[in-house]
Amino acid sequence: MTPSTTSRNSTGIKILRAVIPLAFWLGVWQLAAFLVDLRTSGHGALLLPAPMVVAGRLQVLAVQPAFWQAAVVTLGRIFAGFAAGAAAGAVTAAATSALKGADWVLTPAVKVIRAIPVASFIVLVLLWAPSAGWVPAIVSGLMVLPVLWGNVSKGVAQTDPLLLEAARAYRFGRGKTLRLVYLPSVLPYFASGCATGLGLAWKAGVAAEVLCQPKLAIGTQLYRAKITLETPDLFAWTAVVIVLSFLLEYAMGLLFRRLGGSKP
Amino acid sequence: MISVQEITVCFGEKVVLDHFSLELPEKGITALSGPSGCGKTTLLRVLAGLQPVQQGTVTVPQPPVMLFQENRLLPWRTVERHITDVLPKSRRGEVSRWLALAELEGEEKQFPPALSGGMGRRLALARALACGGKLFLLDEPFTGVDAPRAARMVERIRQLGVPVILSSHEAEVVALCDRVISLKGPPLVRV
Repeated sequence: MTPSTTSRNSTGIKILRAVIPLAFWLGVWQLAAFLVDLRTSGHGALLLPAPMVVAGRLQVLAVQPAFWQAAVVTLGRIFAGFAAGAAAGAVTAAATSALKGADWVLTPAVKVIRAIPVASFIVLVLLWAPSAGWVPAIVSGLMVLPVLWGNVSKGVAQTDPLLLEAARAYRFGRGKTLRLVYLPSVLPYFASGCATGLGLAWKAGVAAEVLCQPKLAIGTQLYRAKITLETPDLFAWTAVVIVLSFLLEYAMGLLFRRLGGSKP
Repeated sequence: MISVQEITVCFGEKVVLDHFSLELPEKGITALSGPSGCGKTTLLRVLAGLQPVQQGTVTVPQPPVMLFQENRLLPWRTVERHITDVLPKSRRGEVSRWLALAELEGEEKQFPPALSGGMGRRLALARALACGGKLFLLDEPFTGVDAPRAARMVERIRQLGVPVILSSHEAEVVALCDRVISLKGPPLVRV
């Protein structure tokens, strides 16, 4: 077998691995929608619209500028909240790992943030934030912060002490030890925390939009679809959230692969 | 003079060095020879200032540089980077010199996981030597390195003109050193 044939085969397998599960679950969805439609004498779309109905609705929505505006603004809000939460979590972890005083003061606070239910945060932040548009970003950030704090703290703690001793013996200094030993050791933990945190940011951010209803937001559209019983719209907007979440996760995966690109 | 006077090192209940004393001239290559676990590594770490002593005094030329028993390479840095990482900016042009000493020419862009055991050991040795110091403390420097190559490297290290204390099990390497200190223990004693 030539190398190009092997490469074609592996690409084919990758495509099949993506298409087969998708086709399977779309089939399950279609079958479920068909059965619900039968049981409700043709009113199935109210409870579980078929995939084609949702796709049709998505097509209608996608030609409206408001659709793209809502999608972009939500994406921006959630990404901003995620990035701020990730940065704050990493900085807090660095502080609690390096300084005993910071550990005593900040660790209980981060643990409290981790324990507070997302609904409480949404309501509290809604009371304090200058406008409803801020709430999803702040809540997303607060959900991400403890996750990144936990992962980065673990990464710092797991950094090989033998490498740290070698860094001291070879007179690396603080900056070089941070750049050459700590950062590469912590990067996999940070990346894993970001993957988990991103999912949480989407869930919490969209939930906050549903409760706070800023003018341009996917969550607001979800809420409208719910009160007007436009179930296909509800599914269509949910599909948009899933696609945006996957795209962001994919872009982040590419970024981390690039950052860790010097590794073998 | 390199000297340790009446040093004691304990790990919990275990006494590894008990009022141990040793004096060596500040030149040439000294081999520490003795069975595994007798305390050679602890003595080298004491000389490097990496192991605190419960009592006693240590006098060595400053700064000493240690080659650890484990390679302690950074899996995310290339062979070339391992050398540049320990060189000050003014000595960056010396990379090829140190790689040549360890016979690692042509491997500059490799990462440690792609190196054989012997190559990894030679890179660790090149890095320690490149770091520079007034005393080289080499713990089992030629593990996994074939005897003829080890002999060539001993001669190159001798030409650096820096005093060296190494521990080794290889009789061929010990035979090339200027003096041999035979040890047994723990606690460590001269034979």
